[in-house]
Amino acid sequence: MNAQTLMLTAMPVGHTESCGTEAQTIPPRETRSVAATRPKPRPAPLLRDRAKREKTALILKTLLLPLLTFAVIVATWSYLHTHVAPEFPAPSETWEHAKAVLTDPFRDAGPNDKGIGWQLLHSLARVGAGFGLAALVGIPLGFLMGMSRNMQHAFSPLIQILKPVSPLAWLPIGLLLFKAVDPSAIFVIFITCIWPMIINTATGVKAIPQDYMNVAAVLKLDKLELVRRVLFPATLPYVVTGMRLSLGIAWMVIVAAEMLTGGIGIGFWLWDEWNNLNVSSIIVAIGVIGGVGIVLDLMMGFMQNRLDYNKR
Amino acid sequence: MTAYLDLQHIDMTFSSAKGDFNALKDVNLTVKKGEFLALIGHSGCGKSTVLNIVAGLLDASGGVALLKNREIKGPGPNRAVVFQNHSLLPWLTVFENVKLAVDKVMADKPRAERREWVMHNLKLVHMDNAADKRPGEISGGMKQRVGIARALAMQPDVLLMDEPFGALDALTRAHLQDSVMEIQAKLNNTVLMITHDVDEAVLLSDRIVMMTNGPSAGIGEILDVDLPRPRDRLTLAQDPRYHHLRGQVLAFLYQKHLKEAA
Repeated sequence: MNAQTLMLTAMPVGHTESCGTEAQTIPPRETRSVAATRPKPRPAPLLRDRAKREKTALILKTLLLPLLTFAVIVATWSYLHTHVAPEFPAPSETWEHAKAVLTDPFRDAGPNDKGIGWQLLHSLARVGAGFGLAALVGIPLGFLMGMSRNMQHAFSPLIQILKPVSPLAWLPIGLLLFKAVDPSAIFVIFITCIWPMIINTATGVKAIPQDYMNVAAVLKLDKLELVRRVLFPATLPYVVTGMRLSLGIAWMVIVAAEMLTGGIGIGFWLWDEWNNLNVSSIIVAIGVIGGVGIVLDLMMGFMQNRLDYNKR
Repeated sequence: MTAYLDLQHIDMTFSSAKGDFNALKDVNLTVKKGEFLALIGHSGCGKSTVLNIVAGLLDASGGVALLKNREIKGPGPNRAVVFQNHSLLPWLTVFENVKLAVDKVMADKPRAERREWVMHNLKLVHMDNAADKRPGEISGGMKQRVGIARALAMQPDVLLMDEPFGALDALTRAHLQDSVMEIQAKLNNTVLMITHDVDEAVLLSDRIVMMTNGPSAGIGEILDVDLPRPRDRLTLAQDPRYHHLRGQVLAFLYQKHLKEAA
């Protein structure tokens, strides 16, 4: 190709000319008004109908399908109760028991007979304490690992080895260290929560676009300003994701931990009811644990949305 | 000619596991105060490397870069950069993004004066109405305007622009070019702008530095753009001098230094 043709192709479209031709393609006023008086086809009501139908279908689907699943489960359960395992409580029996347990959650009939509300509160307090301590240690450590290659090298292998270990494996260590069950359970939750927090925070710091760091460099932000004005806000969504993950796992782990430690707490309650062969209670506990798990996750999800600057 | 910004025998070699790569070889360039300089060349020719060396984001492997007779060491707000992809901090509002720079550069000034200065610079780029918006809520062209306001607010000795309009559509780009010309007429900054757009280079700059292709890229030719200011793109489109200048840049880029791969 020679320079001449390239020059022509590289020329911008002369917008003066193109604007002129575009203006001429608009039909004159008369023809437009004629077009406007012509009886219009009526797509609007049809469209409205369709939108309405789609909306109804969506509501039916989101309500009916889960109900259908629920019905199938209850039916199977009933069948199992009558034909396979008669020691398993009937759905109706369980329902009655659930009402009794849930309507009086803060019953206190001595140290061995407390309502499900108390059990839950004790479990939540342990999770809260372990989770909070893990945040205090894990988030700063994650920041250091994300910012410094040396810190990364120093801690990464340790974390890689410890991360896949079930947190319950730490329970004996906790018992040995603290000589008491409550701090041991909190210690187990701490171990549960700390890995996702460290890893997500470090990932967040490393994922900060070079552009932001260039801006910080041009502005000559000092270390503290860099952390406060750039690193922390940029990493916050990752940190909250780590917290959400770890809280979800912590809620699963506390049930198992309390089964081992005993005392009070939803996990111990569940195990205690098993020892009393009170299977309805176990089913109620499973439902309640699931419900609380959803609430915790929704709370973290709400926080995540609030703090994610991309979604604000 | 008194050198304001002076690059002497700049060499840049990047070392990697695969071996060394010589990006720039013996780059010599002097820029006068108040001059608008465009750096043009094919992609990969090391234009951005030159800019990053002046910004202090990269250290040259050889040679010396002087600004006002002082050696450039590390980045600093006296060499503000307008980045190609605006680089606004998304968690700060438009106002706060500019204020971050102003607080840093005018730390000794009272609060009210700093606020005033932020708004003044947002007005310059016609973004004062969007001061409370976040970057996610404004268009690409508007973000780039804020990026320019942030750079201008630092009152830099040299304003560095790294393909500032490269990511924008043609119409938005034209608007921003007009804004830059308007601001330049007011403030008379010393500007080093990287571009690969021939029209942009001719329209905006006083001189066009044309770079040869890498590796070991250098300055091929320097073209004086002696078109009178203020310039108007529509008038220039009819001006034979404008077309002659365009032709010279195109001839350099496509005849003398056509990239084999391109």
